[in-house]
Amino acid sequence: MNIVVCVKQTPASANLPIDLATGRIKTEGLQLGVNPFDEYAIEEALRLKERLPGSSVSVLSFGAAAAEEALRSALALGCDEGILLYDPAFEQSDSLATAHLLCAAVRKLSKAKGAVALVLCGKQTNDGESGQVGAALGAWLDWPAASCVKKIPQADDSKIVVERLMEDGVDTVELPLPAVVSVIKGINEPRLPSLKGKMAAKKAVVARWGQAELAADVSQIGASSASVVVKTAPPETRSAGMTVPGGSPEEKAAFLVQKLKELKFI
Amino acid sequence: MDYGLTEQQREIVELARQIAQKKIKPVREHYDKTEEFPWPIVEEIAKADLFAVYLPEECGGLGGGTLELALVAEELSKACGGIALSVATSALCAIPILLYGTPQQRKRWLSELASGKRLGAFTITEPGAGSDATATKAAARLDGDHYVLNGIKNFCSTGSAAELYTVFASTNPNRGARGISAFVVEKGTPGFTFGKKEEKMGIRANSTYELVFENCRIPKENLLYKEGYGLFVAQDTFDCSRPGVAAQALGIAQGALDETLAYIRMRKQFGQSISSFQAIQHMMADCATSIEAGRALLYSTCRAMDRELKPAVDKAIQEGTTVFEAMEKLGSRRWTKESGMCKVFCSDTAMRVTTDCVQMCGGIGYMRDFPVEKYMRDAKITQIYEGTNQIQRNEIAMMMIKEAASKSRKELVSA
Amino acid sequence: MAENPGKGIWCVAELRHGALVPTIFELLSAARSLDQVSKEGVCAVVLGGPGKTAPAAKEIASRGAQRVFVLEHALLDGFLEEAYARALKDLIEREKPSKILLPASVAGRSLAARLAVACRAGLLGDVTAVALDSSGNLEALRPCYGGNLLATVAVRRGLQMATVRPMAFPRAAQASSSGEVVAAPVDPSSWGLRGRFAGFAPEESKEIDLSSAEKIVSGGRGLGSAKGFELIRDLAHALGAAVGASRAVVDSGWIAYRHQVGLTGRAVRPKLYVACGISGQVQHLAGMSSSDVIVAINSDPQCPMMKLANFAVQGDLHQIIPAVVAEIKKQRG
Repeated sequence: MNIVVCVKQTPASANLPIDLATGRIKTEGLQLGVNPFDEYAIEEALRLKERLPGSSVSVLSFGAAAAEEALRSALALGCDEGILLYDPAFEQSDSLATAHLLCAAVRKLSKAKGAVALVLCGKQTNDGESGQVGAALGAWLDWPAASCVKKIPQADDSKIVVERLMEDGVDTVELPLPAVVSVIKGINEPRLPSLKGKMAAKKAVVARWGQAELAADVSQIGASSASVVVKTAPPETRSAGMTVPGGSPEEKAAFLVQKLKELKFI
Repeated sequence: MDYGLTEQQREIVELARQIAQKKIKPVREHYDKTEEFPWPIVEEIAKADLFAVYLPEECGGLGGGTLELALVAEELSKACGGIALSVATSALCAIPILLYGTPQQRKRWLSELASGKRLGAFTITEPGAGSDATATKAAARLDGDHYVLNGIKNFCSTGSAAELYTVFASTNPNRGARGISAFVVEKGTPGFTFGKKEEKMGIRANSTYELVFENCRIPKENLLYKEGYGLFVAQDTFDCSRPGVAAQALGIAQGALDETLAYIRMRKQFGQSISSFQAIQHMMADCATSIEAGRALLYSTCRAMDRELKPAVDKAIQEGTTVFEAMEKLGSRRWTKESGMCKVFCSDTAMRVTTDCVQMCGGIGYMRDFPVEKYMRDAKITQIYEGTNQIQRNEIAMMMIKEAASKSRKELVSA
Repeated sequence: MAENPGKGIWCVAELRHGALVPTIFELLSAARSLDQVSKEGVCAVVLGGPGKTAPAAKEIASRGAQRVFVLEHALLDGFLEEAYARALKDLIEREKPSKILLPASVAGRSLAARLAVACRAGLLGDVTAVALDSSGNLEALRPCYGGNLLATVAVRRGLQMATVRPMAFPRAAQASSSGEVVAAPVDPSSWGLRGRFAGFAPEESKEIDLSSAEKIVSGGRGLGSAKGFELIRDLAHALGAAVGASRAVVDSGWIAYRHQVGLTGRAVRPKLYVACGISGQVQHLAGMSSSDVIVAINSDPQCPMMKLANFAVQGDLHQIIPAVVAEIKKQRG
């Protein structure tokens, strides 16, 4: 089975420095890594590869040149090839445009090395957080798709069965292949790389595909994206609250419950 | 401090750090409490190739040396010295095979130890032979194509979990120390069973067993080098392995200090962080200074050793000899003094630092719910095993006297 | 499709196995605030299996939707992106709305993305505020980078869509007059559907769902052990709240992942958030700091959560929580 995993390089730290003048994240010196949700997608792909002999895992990343590092991390874990999608014409792509580029890359891969059967994505990124790319990629490819998948109990060359974690329980959905699936934390426990894998990944050649290779529909990508970020700013900070007075736990509890009652929570 | 590690060495540290922090930290309390063997973690360590770092490439290793082994032991011990011991005992089993094994023996056993699919252990201590290994009672008698091994070994780390054991036994009781030989014994060999499982103060995530050999027949090919060379095998092994104990001790010390720092910065008394009190600050500074001094000694010693060891390994592989023979040809020196210094300094440091860390944390530091007291319990063994620190000091002094004597002889000649 | 010739703001309701998810009423308030400017009318759509939508449609019509389109078909009984997107697309092509709001739920997010591609629409994801810019285009605020940034985003071509984060808007109340329920035709013959909805296993514990909960009681490391969650459940029960947790305790196996609040868990925005023994690492704060009222119970008065809280209760939670539960019971009589 030819499997594709889409990964994004995102900030590795949760505490991000913000340039107050521009309202943007300060990028210099920022530590980057593989988007945490994508690590689960990589792991799931590798497990499917181990389960289904003759499978291969290709990793796609849309991003700047530095995103090559994210691809190498995936290679170190056991993925077979990494492809960076980069072109100045791709800049300002919103999430639907990003999915469009990934769609063009999946199609190109299918032509080059045989039909791609399954695309795995993380549920969302930890920077943009829209959680739209997987579903949008399914739409662009016109393949069935499922999001927030917590388990893939069944997979063969023609079909997968997935369990999707919903707010009120778990849906089971059957998807004939090819299909797109986005996975959540908890679907597996991502492995760590091996030293031998890391050494090999350092030497691996990471392909770069630009607009010349992808020939994506320019009316859908880059500056032609349907949505735009007008501006960004740090959120307003909450003003400090009060320390609940009282000596004993009972006194503190009485004060708190009184306040909650006034606010109509009780 | 930047010790100028190579890119590969930095990768090793980073990967060991990830395993320590992500995989070991969350479960170390469990293994400390239950004394179960940490198989899931050992598998992680194996999959990451950390059992392979110090072994030559010809047997599935990554081509490093004692420094690489030390880096792994230190980093894993920052989270749990007990779990890190699985790597150290495998090395203790592998080093005699590396130094004294034939090319066939190296290929056969070292590749298994490098992959981590089989763990190794080393067993020399007996109820009546601790620091005095010459008192070894276990005996091996040649009978056709086999040696027949009888005797009891105790306090064997990674006992029962390990599948390969380097075992020391006398092949000629009349020759005393010169009658001891080294063997590799595989778990499952008839006549080889496990006796009592010890309950320990620290390093409880490692299994310590008594080993019982009753008419245990081991193939002749499992003898390492020649009969009667056992104590040389043991001494040369310890020269190479003691930096590993030193690294384990350093990791334990550093881990305890890191936990302590996080706590004392947060803990408030008299309206301020206790880290702002000079009494605490001086203890912090002393701890950090000793650790850094130990690390500088350890890394320099490992580097100096590897500069001699690695060419000997290459030469042995090229010429199809044992590494020990290649070292003789290259005129390699013995490292007893320096490796003993590493062990003494780093393990004494670990004991003092972990004791001080418990002190700095106060009452909470003494509690099992808090991770610092475990470091103190784990630190103690590093002053004891692979030669007590008293024996180390004897050996260091002995080497000093020998060196001084040889120096004064040379001076006389040149005068 | 550079122009957006459509008219009307639509809100898509989520029907989960017969139960209407109340996010639709939040969407209706958001839509009505937009409609005050654009004056194009507010409609709703509800999709479901045969005979399953009527009570929901009626309820929606009574709370401010002028028209409620009902799409009923056996293929719409369980949620399947492909089927829902195709049914909606057919309706959109007939009725030509200008804007569509969906809940930023699991189903809502993936449906919105699939539908937006199918209609070549612009989509703003997981927004917490909506407005119209000077040229009448949909503009919205969305938190990103783990709550470190608030982005203003806008649609500039095609149909304008957004998914709206649960609890970001008040729920629309009963309107003075009820809207009209319109049964719309569903013809799956051209859909070429491939996926199949195979089953649903409801959450057994019947706990209140985190993401649309008005009140949440969360527990962290300070509980000491998995057993500590009994205290959290007691307090949650007394308050009628959902149970949340920090990443640390989920990773320690004290409680299931679905309870995790924060960057790698759920983003929540309840009216009341009670954080017990949670120090407030940025990853956790990212998922809950926009809650209306925050109560922190913690032994460390200096931890970030205590500084953020509207009401900071310092002390041992093992004593404080039972005292609070007892006090609530006393007050209720």
